[in-house]
Amino acid sequence: MDAALFYFFAAVAVVAAVVVVSQRNPIYSAFALVVTLCSLAAIFGLLGSPFIAAVQVIVYAGAIMVLFLFVLMLLNVRREVDRPGGRDRILAGVGLALVTLLVLQAGTVLLGSRRAPAADFDASTTEMAKILFSPVFLYAFEATAILILAALVGAVVLAKKEL
Amino acid sequence: MDHASFVNHAVLLSLILFSIGTLGVFLRRNAITVLMCVELMLNGVNLAFVAFSRQWGTLDGQVLVFFVMVVAAAEASVGLAIIIALHRHKDTLDLDAFDLMKG
Amino acid sequence: MTLSPLAQEALVATLTILLVVGTLLGLFSVMTWVERRTLAFMQFRLGPNRAGPFGILQPIADGIKLFFKEEVMPAAADKWAFLAAPVVAVTTALLATAVIPYGPPFTLGRWSVLPEWLRGRTLQIQIADLEVGLLWIFAIAALGVYGVVLAGWAANNKYSLLGGLRSSAQMFSYELALTLSWIGLIMAAGSFRIDDIVAAQAGWFVRWNAIAQFPAFLVYFVAATAEVARIPFDLPEGETEIVAGFHTEYSSMRFALVQMAEYINMITVSVLAANLFLGGWHSGIPWVPETLGGFPLGFVWWGAKVAFVLFVFIWLRGTLPRFRYDQLMHFGWKVLIPVAGVWVMGYSVWIVLGSR
Repeated sequence: MDAALFYFFAAVAVVAAVVVVSQRNPIYSAFALVVTLCSLAAIFGLLGSPFIAAVQVIVYAGAIMVLFLFVLMLLNVRREVDRPGGRDRILAGVGLALVTLLVLQAGTVLLGSRRAPAADFDASTTEMAKILFSPVFLYAFEATAILILAALVGAVVLAKKEL
Repeated sequence: MDHASFVNHAVLLSLILFSIGTLGVFLRRNAITVLMCVELMLNGVNLAFVAFSRQWGTLDGQVLVFFVMVVAAAEASVGLAIIIALHRHKDTLDLDAFDLMKG
Repeated sequence: MTLSPLAQEALVATLTILLVVGTLLGLFSVMTWVERRTLAFMQFRLGPNRAGPFGILQPIADGIKLFFKEEVMPAAADKWAFLAAPVVAVTTALLATAVIPYGPPFTLGRWSVLPEWLRGRTLQIQIADLEVGLLWIFAIAALGVYGVVLAGWAANNKYSLLGGLRSSAQMFSYELALTLSWIGLIMAAGSFRIDDIVAAQAGWFVRWNAIAQFPAFLVYFVAATAEVARIPFDLPEGETEIVAGFHTEYSSMRFALVQMAEYINMITVSVLAANLFLGGWHSGIPWVPETLGGFPLGFVWWGAKVAFVLFVFIWLRGTLPRFRYDQLMHFGWKVLIPVAGVWVMGYSVWIVLGSR
């Protein structure tokens, strides 16, 4: 049952990703990306991480993509229709993507381990918090807080009309 | 969920998403669409992290996913602010038009 | 005919979904009538009183009218986005209702009319009991912005676009304060499950989160009013301000869908207020018995609380003027979020000191 759901969401994610890359209207690409993100969140849930699934929807699909859509609508990108370039460029792009895929998959198969997935996996939020606030990751956690503040200030300053 | 036999296929899916993102970054000329394809690549990486975290039974992968999401949010907001500034300067979002530094 | 456990679960789940969604849609139409009559009473006039006794068939009349109206789509509108926006709005509104418990757990008696596997079973009217229930609601609230954004952009109309952008900016600004107000409750109950938060409010009514965490309750109530775009925060759809905001170009059934999404959001927020802050199905006085002749009294208390919160929403609509947009954004970011943040910090310090 879980496997069937996984394949369904994987298919949705791949189709939506292809739509992101191929659509001329960037607003359709943005909504296709939202579909990809939500199906990835479902796959995260199937892989036993409910917290990361919820955070994916909240942060990625619910905040970052809304930001993308706001910028697209305010810049009125409807008339900026994209011309993906000549046929040679498309073939070169597809070739590059296939080479990337083959190299990475070969690397995973050759260098990866053959062990079966671990059973009894406790990925509750309490366990996540224990690791996140442990000395291993605490410094990085506080640093990301400062990073977000810097990004916030930087984005406001960069987008202002006059300083 | 006691035996996730599709973990290997989840890794393959992450590689497929990463490659599609690469294709998009290479092909598209609209700056915002390129940013969206970069987000797609980052999501492929997130999926790989979560799949490996499931395989090894530890939570370190998920904590790294958390950090990747935070950094992606920061990067997307600054990138979009830069794009807004570029648009204000040249009134176009076509990346081929920004070639002032071309030799 | 004995069903396998999987089929039993599927049957119970299907019946629960039908019950919850059917009741919500029915409640939506009843709420339109209740709201119009109550507002009329507050404004010293009669409400709808033509269709049936006390106008009680008015929602049916409205439905028939909307069904027969012509569906207009602007020629330059983006067709697929225009069609998809009300669907997205209603879908996210209904998805948010999936993890909320609608009443206490109850045990079915050993009645002979039930099949064998259903007798004596303990059920609860809750579609899915997630471990991360409140996070799910947060996620769906975040997705709820898309219905508005899509509707505002698709109609190719400057009032729609402006109304849509303003409405979605308001929604995700107040979403932060909304979810910050929940953090205190999660810390107090130690879990994301709504059932656990309700259970943490058992006993005397001073344990209800509306009293024990009063600032969080205030923040939640104001943020919830803004989140569902009710007066005094309904600038994006006020008729004298911006025609009808993001749903200007919608007519007939699509407009009905948008209205349905809005009312279901309001009902969801009221049920959440009753569950999270007003003690859910606990009566607040420990001596009151749990059941009365086999009927769990929790339903009565819970229903009364939900009805009270809905009445307060209607009361606010009849009483207050609306915020201007800059006042609204100023209030959300510079007043509500700091208050919620300070409460979270203060409460966590209190918990740490209390555990020493």
